Amino acid sequence: MFQQVITGLRGHNMKKQLVVIGNGMVGHHFVEQLMASSVADEYQVSVFAEEPCRAYDRVHLSEYFDHPDATHLQLGEPDFYTRHSIALHLAEPVIRLDRDRRRVITAQGEYAYDALVLATGSYPFVPPIPGREQPHCLVYRTLEDLDAIRESAQGAQRGVVVGGGLLGLEAAHALTKLGLEAHVVEFAPRLMPVQLDTQAGELLRRKIEALGVQVHTDKATQAIVSGDTQRLKMCFSDESYLETDLIVFSAGIRPQDRLAAEAGLVLGERGGIQIDSQCRTSDPSIYAIGECAIWNQQQFGLVAPGYTMARVAVAHLSGDVGTRFSGADMSTKLKLLGVDVGSIGDAQGLTPGALNYRYADELSGVYRRLVVSADGQHLLGAILIGDNSYYDTLLQYALNAIVLPEYPETLILPAVAGAEPVLGVASLPQEATLCSCHNVTKGDICEAMNDGAVSMADLKQMTRAATGCGGCSAMVKNVLDAELEKRGVQVDKSICEHFAYTRQELFHLIRVEEIHSFADLLQRYGKGGGCEVCKPAVASILASVWNEHVHEPAHVALQDTNDTFMANMQKNGTYSVVPRIPGGEITPQMLISLGEVGRKYDLYTKITGGQRIDLFGATLDELPLIWEELIAAGFETGHAYGKSLRTVKSCIGDTWCRYGVQDSMSMAIRLENRYKGLRTPHKVKMAVSGCTRECAEAQSKDVGVIATEKGWNLYVCGNGGMKPRHADLFATDLDDETLIRYIDRLLMFYVYTADRLQRTSVWMENLEGGLSYLQAVVMNDSLGLAEELEARMQHVVDSYQCEWKTAVEDPQKRKRFRSYVNASEPRRARIQLIEERGQRIPARNLTEEEVA
Amino acid sequence: MNAVINLKSSWLPVCRTEDLVAGSGVAVLVETQPVALFWLPDQQPAYYAVSHRDPFSGAEVLAHGLLCESDGQWSVASPLYKQHFSLADGQCLEDPNMRIRCWPVREQAGWIEIDLSGQQTESQVG
Ligand code: SRM
Ligand SMILES: Cc1cc2nc3c(=O)[nH]c(=O)nc-3n(C[C@H](O)[C@H](O)[C@H](O)COP(=O)(O)OP(=O)(O)OC[C@H]3O[C@@H](n4cnc5c(N)ncnc54)[C@H](O)[C@@H]3O)c2cc1C
Ligand code: SF4
Ligand code: FES
Repeated sequence: MFQQVITGLRGHNMKKQLVVIGNGMVGHHFVEQLMASSVADEYQVSVFAEEPCRAYDRVHLSEYFDHPDATHLQLGEPDFYTRHSIALHLAEPVIRLDRDRRRVITAQGEYAYDALVLATGSYPFVPPIPGREQPHCLVYRTLEDLDAIRESAQGAQRGVVVGGGLLGLEAAHALTKLGLEAHVVEFAPRLMPVQLDTQAGELLRRKIEALGVQVHTDKATQAIVSGDTQRLKMCFSDESYLETDLIVFSAGIRPQDRLAAEAGLVLGERGGIQIDSQCRTSDPSIYAIGECAIWNQQQFGLVAPGYTMARVAVAHLSGDVGTRFSGADMSTKLKLLGVDVGSIGDAQGLTPGALNYRYADELSGVYRRLVVSADGQHLLGAILIGDNSYYDTLLQYALNAIVLPEYPETLILPAVAGAEPVLGVASLPQEATLCSCHNVTKGDICEAMNDGAVSMADLKQMTRAATGCGGCSAMVKNVLDAELEKRGVQVDKSICEHFAYTRQELFHLIRVEEIHSFADLLQRYGKGGGCEVCKPAVASILASVWNEHVHEPAHVALQDTNDTFMANMQKNGTYSVVPRIPGGEITPQMLISLGEVGRKYDLYTKITGGQRIDLFGATLDELPLIWEELIAAGFETGHAYGKSLRTVKSCIGDTWCRYGVQDSMSMAIRLENRYKGLRTPHKVKMAVSGCTRECAEAQSKDVGVIATEKGWNLYVCGNGGMKPRHADLFATDLDDETLIRYIDRLLMFYVYTADRLQRTSVWMENLEGGLSYLQAVVMNDSLGLAEELEARMQHVVDSYQCEWKTAVEDPQKRKRFRSYVNASEPRRARIQLIEERGQRIPARNLTEEEVA
Repeated sequence: MNAVINLKSSWLPVCRTEDLVAGSGVAVLVETQPVALFWLPDQQPAYYAVSHRDPFSGAEVLAHGLLCESDGQWSVASPLYKQHFSLADGQCLEDPNMRIRCWPVREQAGWIEIDLSGQQTESQVG
């Protein structure tokens, strides 16, 4: 029956086989940690996944309803598994364990292991209600579940969520987003019975009902039968009923322990795979981590404890037996349908002798409760409804056993003008955990800062803080700022030794003081002679603001070769020529002209990755001659050399394609012609797709536009390249004019505020408030800058010139294009070329003698 | 390494001053030798002549690099892989074992002249 496929790399390279079952959040984290550990090379890792796609961020699962696909949820770099030679078996669930022979068995074969890690997570609990197996009875855990909900919502009016806990409310929110009338049915007398008390539950209910979700508490569903007016009918024990088109069960989770149970591993009293403090199961060669594991009779339904278990297991595999799992804090902070809800520690006040402080404001819908120890010294727990700004401070009091102030109630009383009772981050101990997802303490942050970190971006990269659920970002940022201040660091953001200013400040100076040359700027605000950092940066700013030709005497010495000669230097000192082909559209006649120029000057010719054509191998002397001919044939410069707009890629759209819903070709050409020539902090790429099939890959561009039935969806701040980033959906269903207005503002704001060589993605990630801040600036004009940004862009558009046309027409500028100013001939013979596939390319591996 | 053996001590005019570009470089061919000439109008000295050939890539490109100042010392950054070479003595700032040739240079009646015999030789380990 089974094909015998034993992956027997052992003996061949002596690596031990390590098998991971489950490619969920924790399974993935385990593999990442293992690869970063000292024993990475000792294991050949295989991962088996039941789901058909790579590990994704389940915590943000609901965002899948806002995005047409789930790529932005994927965890880790796309090539992580291949790069580390890890065999990732997607959609290949393990169906049995053979512990005696140390094999895992799937439908495809058997695989040997030396060490095994179970990371099978949980499955949604569906109460045993008769009728629960019908179509349109669904759960909320995986991407496939969400696909099923989306499909079921087609043609439906009403949806019911069974379960009024955290996930249930999130599911109800998702149903409203799908356009359904949403109901929540809860068995207990209040919402979120685990995390909240009666008063908080009641307040939350009122708030949620005000947002259009109907809540039914104290309701036990007895049967689900087919409905009279809708698809289904839920019958309750009090003989009332509710008709609905679909039901989502969110009545809790159960550890996925089937494989372990069948293989005879010891389970917890209520199921789940029992583990010790090193995350080992009752079989010493098997670990269990994440939601499938039970420690001290407890399951941990959050991602942070799972990550901790993953780290403990990796430590144990590396021979470190001192690192132990010792339970986890289950406090939560979230926004449910826009309502802030927070629950910390012993929120219900169950500790013997616990005392309470409560603050309620029914008018604005705010409730806060503090649970303190009998002696009033320590915070045991807290509940927050309506305002989570108190959460971080309270959590730190609870986690670090900080002695409470004399009047603890000041911690939950509303802030009276200017006297907000926040716990200064300075008073946190070094061991205080700031980021529980990645186990980063205040001490770790300080250490990273000793090693040079000065920004959130640095900290994220060096410590991974704030890169998990994101809940700790504000706290981490506060510590960063406080530490910087404490160190008396006037953070040195000088662009180089010649200017004690950031790019943004230089931009401002140039604009406000109307400075038109590098020399003038250097004299007034700089020192020394300038360098390869400040010269091009200033040249770029001058171009963004005043848009003068790069060859004006004041600018000519500022640019690196590519910008000076308006061509990209190749490895042998020759240059490439890239004319603009807006939207990738080109007439046969233009194509012929391009071919003729290529043939005449014997240029290597290639279609680029940006939908246009690159001609390689021109000498300096040839560049103006080539451009003269290209310009005569109707071409313009493509700015392939500049930090500027590159290409606007387009699909054919409704011009030809049977699926196109808008004219993506015309829009792409319009955008390309509008923004060509604009100088930006780094290069900018755009694309326009004619429908959601997205053939132009707009979601990997700085500015991406995708046609909808009603207009255009705008995506921003994506890129390919070294660190690919999926673009974010910025605005939907825009008409042509609004689309252009938004892009004008967005691009000019980028030009105003980004650092040198910072692409839009990094720029946005470094803006405090990120995407939503940018949306506010661009769409709601929150800075009152919109008019200025648009006017500035219009100036650039109006003063556009094809730099190459200006250069070839001006004898003075043309003089610059001489290989040797004292010899008429470029000595082509000095440039060694060989032939390959009918074209000439630089000779490979020349010796010193051959070159000289 | 092909040392250019040249015992003429005479100064050779290589181009007119108007061929130079302020704050930047141009290339000239002197016999078979490609030379990069730089002009820094308000510096002392104002003219520099170093080899045009970038030793790291073998390509003739150095005249097209950006000029950089640090602590009063001027260098050119190779446009290909961005190593800096001192204009004063050709020393590569990133690699102590790499030094490019440079020559005495002067302005004489509107002509730029270089002294080929006064060259310092390029040196490289390996
Ligand atoms: C010619 C081309 C490759 C090809 O044969 O297809 C190319 C060639 C170069 N790319 Fe590229 N890139 C080309 C498309 C791309 C693309 C694909 C695209 O645009 O759809 C990408 C990824 C998309 C993106 O940028 O988001 C790309 C990401 C890069 C990067 C990495 C940027 C990043 O943010 O990580 C660099 C390095 C840089 O800019 O600092 C780079 C730099 C370069 C340079 C300029 C390297 C250099 O300094 O010499 C190459 C210049 C060659 C020349 O002379 O034109 N090239 N490069 C493509 C020209 C497209 C065009 O028509 O303008
Ligand atoms: C909508 C939603 C919102 C959430 N919000 C939060 C939040 O805000 N904060 C928070 O901390 N947590 C939250 N969680 C919980 C968090 O997602 C989980 O704690 C976390 O995903 C647990 O990771 P895991 O790897 O243990 O399990 P999972 O992520 O469930 O991964 C287990 C994987 O194992 C696979 N598997 C199971 N059996 C097999 C088998 N036999 N063979 C192969 N593969 C198998 C499963 O298909 C699954 O892909 C949320 C969960 C959901 C569903
Ligand atoms: S991927 Fe690298 S080698 Fe290829 S064109 Fe881009 S920069 Fe050059
Ligand atoms: S606590 Fe989740 S990212 Fe820091």
